Amino acid sequence: MIVKLLSGDMPRSKLLSAILLAILICLAFAPFIFPGVRSLDTAARICVFILLVASYDLMLGYGGIVSFAHTMFFGMGAYGVALACTYMERGFGALIVGAGAGALLAAVVAFLIGLFSLRVRAIFFAMITLAVASAVAVLVSQLSGLTGGEDGLNYKIPRELTPAFKFGSEFLGVKLNGKLLNYYVVFFGAFLLFLLLLRIVNSPFGRVLQAIRENDFRAEAVGYRVINYRTAATCISAAVAALAGALYAIWLRYVGPDTALSFEIMVDILLMVVIGGMGTMYGAVIGAVLFVVAQNYLQELMSVASAAVEGIPLLPDLLSADRWLLWLGLLFVLSVYFFPSGVVGRLRQGK
Amino acid sequence: MSRVILQTHDLTVRFGGHVAVDHVSCAFRTGELTAIVGPNGAGKTTYFNLISGQIPSSEGRVELNGRDITRASVSDRCARGIGRAFQLTNLFPDLSVLENVRLVIQSKAKMGFSLFSMADSHRDVTDRAKAVLEKVKLFDLRDQVVSALSHGNQRKLEVAMLIALDPAVYMFDEPTAGMSVDEAPVVLDLIAELKAEKDRTILLVEHKMDVIRTLADRIIVLHNGMLAADGDPVTVMASDVVQEAYMGKELEDV
Ligand SMILES: Nc1ncnc2c1ncn2[C@@H]1O[C@H](COP(=O)(O)OP(=O)(O)O)[C@@H](O)[C@H]1O
Ligand SMILES: [Mg+2]
Repeated sequence: MIVKLLSGDMPRSKLLSAILLAILICLAFAPFIFPGVRSLDTAARICVFILLVASYDLMLGYGGIVSFAHTMFFGMGAYGVALACTYMERGFGALIVGAGAGALLAAVVAFLIGLFSLRVRAIFFAMITLAVASAVAVLVSQLSGLTGGEDGLNYKIPRELTPAFKFGSEFLGVKLNGKLLNYYVVFFGAFLLFLLLLRIVNSPFGRVLQAIRENDFRAEAVGYRVINYRTAATCISAAVAALAGALYAIWLRYVGPDTALSFEIMVDILLMVVIGGMGTMYGAVIGAVLFVVAQNYLQELMSVASAAVEGIPLLPDLLSADRWLLWLGLLFVLSVYFFPSGVVGRLRQGK
Repeated sequence: MSRVILQTHDLTVRFGGHVAVDHVSCAFRTGELTAIVGPNGAGKTTYFNLISGQIPSSEGRVELNGRDITRASVSDRCARGIGRAFQLTNLFPDLSVLENVRLVIQSKAKMGFSLFSMADSHRDVTDRAKAVLEKVKLFDLRDQVVSALSHGNQRKLEVAMLIALDPAVYMFDEPTAGMSVDEAPVVLDLIAELKAEKDRTILLVEHKMDVIRTLADRIIVLHNGMLAADGDPVTVMASDVVQEAYMGKELEDV
């Protein structure tokens, strides 16, 4: 049963299994284990980013396709929900229409980019995605009448998913309100879609992608039309990224260029997939958890550390919370140096 | 009944000013094993590349079963029955031996776009892949990663991939190149077996003359990209072209 759910793709390392299980439990019971507003927010972000990074891994780690447009696809889902909630009647219908339209648009745009550029060279595809993503980001900030421009959009999601909706008093010290339901929409949405991706990479289609990544020349020679497979992988990846964006929009009840379209998110995705381990799917889980937690808590940890070493010259400066990106960068370089195949690759070797 | 299955008409390719294959017209019949010989750089591999589509021709046509496939993609030609093993081993290095063969069988079964089933749950595909590996004596190494195989075993796998595809036209490009004296016969026996089993069309680029003498029904000689001789082994081997340009040197290798 578990084998089926994981599509036969077992973690293949005791430690990795334990870590993944711990993460799953923490996320599944996050509202009860970490009841704070901020920590629940972190948990939801982790769910969204696991899905987003996993969808990127399908393209990069399995298909060997480098794209810089993944945030754009993410944004399409997020803005899809935001626009539907802004311009449609409040309700679940708007969420479904918004998410569906966002995913469809992402898949169509991915198809068009793929059709025109995957045929040529991989680097050309990367460049086109960069250009299209930049153009879309500019377009979104220009069309402020529709998209709220730089300010973004605040909108109403169904009342059942907001803190105002109460369906009981308390359970294990946690308020039973719409926020809790909202978290579980995000959690289960991300969880099911992750399992779907895991199934796809272990399907005959997923194997073809790996073959193409290894040797596209030979894949074509044994009868696989490489361009079709690459395009399909790009479309699936884009659609799932859009759905991750939709979940994020449902959670935040706000969408803006910084949260859903900025190039910084693209860089974050790349870091997460590399730290976790490309072409493993589970790497997305590890990478996203490490990264989001570091992003959220490294600054605090550092200000504590900086206070602790007060009086010693230089150290407090280095440890000042403003330097957190520096340390994150250092962590990244070290992790790539010591685990070139990512944390997952390292754990699997070490078994 | 033997019939023409593959035909090239004035097939030509130029690389800059260099004509690598020069107006080669030749027909290949079912059930026939044709050896293609010629010195290094004669254009044998390039001729194969033109037939299986890896490089576009500058001039001329390729016909399969009477249909023009000159413009068809590599994968399309493969689906129509042109199968190719490569002179330089050309596999999926980080995948297992079994997976390499499985991918070929899966391609033939047109399962590549099956998205939601588990690849390993298709028992029939896996079983057929295993049967091919038994045949080429790689079964015990099936779970090894290809890049860890010896050169000889990689060459065997190269042949196994083609057998797995079981195309209408088999194209072997120096299948025993670089193999040790005790490994090479395994591959040659496989080719002999393929020929004996049923009416397969086999094109074989091979240097070893004794091998050709026993296996080939026909020999064509390429020289400077041109078709220099074509006929049954005894006649071609006795011809001046082969005696002068080729045999003298190669016989020493045997
Ligand atoms: N892609 C290419 N670009 C330029 N020249 C090539 C290319 N492929 C082959 N050639 C040239 O064509 C000639 C024939 O090569 P090839 O077909 O590999 O010979 P053979 O297989 O008979 O040894 C050689 O002179 C080789 O250098
Ligand atoms: Mg050659």
